[in-house]
Amino acid sequence: MIQARIRKQFAAGRESAGFLLDLEFQAMRGFTVLFGPSGAGKTLTLDCIAGFAHPDEGRILLDDQILFDGAARVCVPPRARSCGYVFQNYALFPHMTLRENLEFAAKRVPRLERHRKIGEMLEKFHLAEVAGRRPYELSGGQKQRCSIARALIGAPRVLLLDEPTRGLDAPLRADLYSVLRQVREEFGIPILLVTHDFEECLELGDEMIVLRDGRAVQAGPPRRVMEQPANVEVARLLGVFNLLPAEIRALDPGRNSSRLRCQDFELTGPYYPGRLIGDHVWLCIRPDLLSAVPSNGRPGMNQIPASLVRTVEKPDRVRLEFASGIAVELERAVVEKYGSVKEWAIEFPQAGLRIL
Amino acid sequence: MSIDWFPLWLSLRVAVISTVLAAGIGLWLAWILANRSFRGKEVLDAGITLPLVLPPTVLGYYLLVLLGRNSPLGHLYESIFGQPLVFTWQAAVVAALFHSTPLLVKSARAAFESIDHSYEKAARSLGASELRLFWRVSLPLARRSILAATALAFARSLGDFGVTLMIAGNIPRRTQTMAIAIYDAVESDNGYLARILVLIISAIALVVLAIANRLTSNPFGPRQAAL
Repeated sequence: MIQARIRKQFAAGRESAGFLLDLEFQAMRGFTVLFGPSGAGKTLTLDCIAGFAHPDEGRILLDDQILFDGAARVCVPPRARSCGYVFQNYALFPHMTLRENLEFAAKRVPRLERHRKIGEMLEKFHLAEVAGRRPYELSGGQKQRCSIARALIGAPRVLLLDEPTRGLDAPLRADLYSVLRQVREEFGIPILLVTHDFEECLELGDEMIVLRDGRAVQAGPPRRVMEQPANVEVARLLGVFNLLPAEIRALDPGRNSSRLRCQDFELTGPYYPGRLIGDHVWLCIRPDLLSAVPSNGRPGMNQIPASLVRTVEKPDRVRLEFASGIAVELERAVVEKYGSVKEWAIEFPQAGLRIL
Repeated sequence: MSIDWFPLWLSLRVAVISTVLAAGIGLWLAWILANRSFRGKEVLDAGITLPLVLPPTVLGYYLLVLLGRNSPLGHLYESIFGQPLVFTWQAAVVAALFHSTPLLVKSARAAFESIDHSYEKAARSLGASELRLFWRVSLPLARRSILAATALAFARSLGDFGVTLMIAGNIPRRTQTMAIAIYDAVESDNGYLARILVLIISAIALVVLAIANRLTSNPFGPRQAAL
């Protein structure tokens, strides 16, 4: 388990704004995803844990070892932290073969076991055939697997992955995800993974921490974060929602209903406890929870008319993007049935209307 | 007319010894300058660079004061080796060392600094000590530029004149190096000898420069650069 409280300040320079990383989190065994836009402090957080960056204050605890303590002036050097670090560019030593890369890392494995252990790792990460090659002779996926194997061979107590899928195409990503799941099962250590891809988060994450401007804005299992973003900022970062400004016009706790005004149309939603009439809120709804039908001129109950701007093909669905900024995802068969219609009516489900 | 080849052999011997010493001291200094941050780092760098800009006679004067028979260092040397340092061929090695090390440190520092930091971070996170990082990662990665820098340092230590003259003197068959022998030959109107020696020094310098250039340019692309 890793427990961290990190505070690090960068003063504003002539050409750069100041930056403050102020973060507190825990990571148990399994995946903890650090999610956020570039410049949110994700990689800096990894560097603080690995010992490449020194927080101004705070405390980092790995299992029962203090890695850093600002008050007690403890700062363990990187080589003694046993953090496996997988770098964005893999950082495989170019002058060594894969086997030599692993040998370099296996210094702490007892001499007699070293050879067997290296063979075992090469086997496990499907690298045995290319063990004698140098990194420049390898594919991206092989380099990636080798850098993970190298980080793990010394039996680290935490694995840090900095945007591991960057530059990999879809099939390689899928391979990597299965490799990483296997690592989670076999090594049973906390794995901190940095990404700005929410799908990756859902795919792997046991827990996620949403970072923005050096602060954690929300933490929890990815599915729960997706279902209940803490605020409009988080919803925007996840990038999977329609966010529409709306105003509450009526609230009726007795009938569990409310009326919202959105884009000059009235919508009926559930009752929102703790909200007042006249509140300006954000309507937050996933494109696949909306539906749309060709417009017949008069919008019906809970419908907003909109004109289609473009359609985007998804593997199993079609995404319709409308002029008012709303996106709807429908099954392909449904869209094909309607043909090339320009004017649509978007239907909002009453129960699923979430506001932030 | 027979030519006395002693200055050539002495110069080569001095250059080889001083290059080996310069590589040992200079690479470590360069690596520290490139990798560590500590107080007074830039002062140290300036101190190392100073011999590059000082007039050789000034540098020679300092060394004479520092290593002369009456100085503590001179005493120490004399008590260990049983003979004074100044005005021996060993003093010529010291002169060449001060003449060539700054150049080596400068180029080696640049070579170390051009290594992608993630390799050093990776090595440290994998538990490597600083010494292991230096030998197994930094040095091999910067190998070509460092060999080039060493070649240049060799050429430079071959050609020192001023400092050598100040602290090793001009004693024929004992401390007379090539550069000084050429001066001597010209002074004593021995044009034939001067021409021969000049041609030899020029040829050696050219070969060394060609080697250095080959090492720094990369005719084989990134593949060879990585080795």
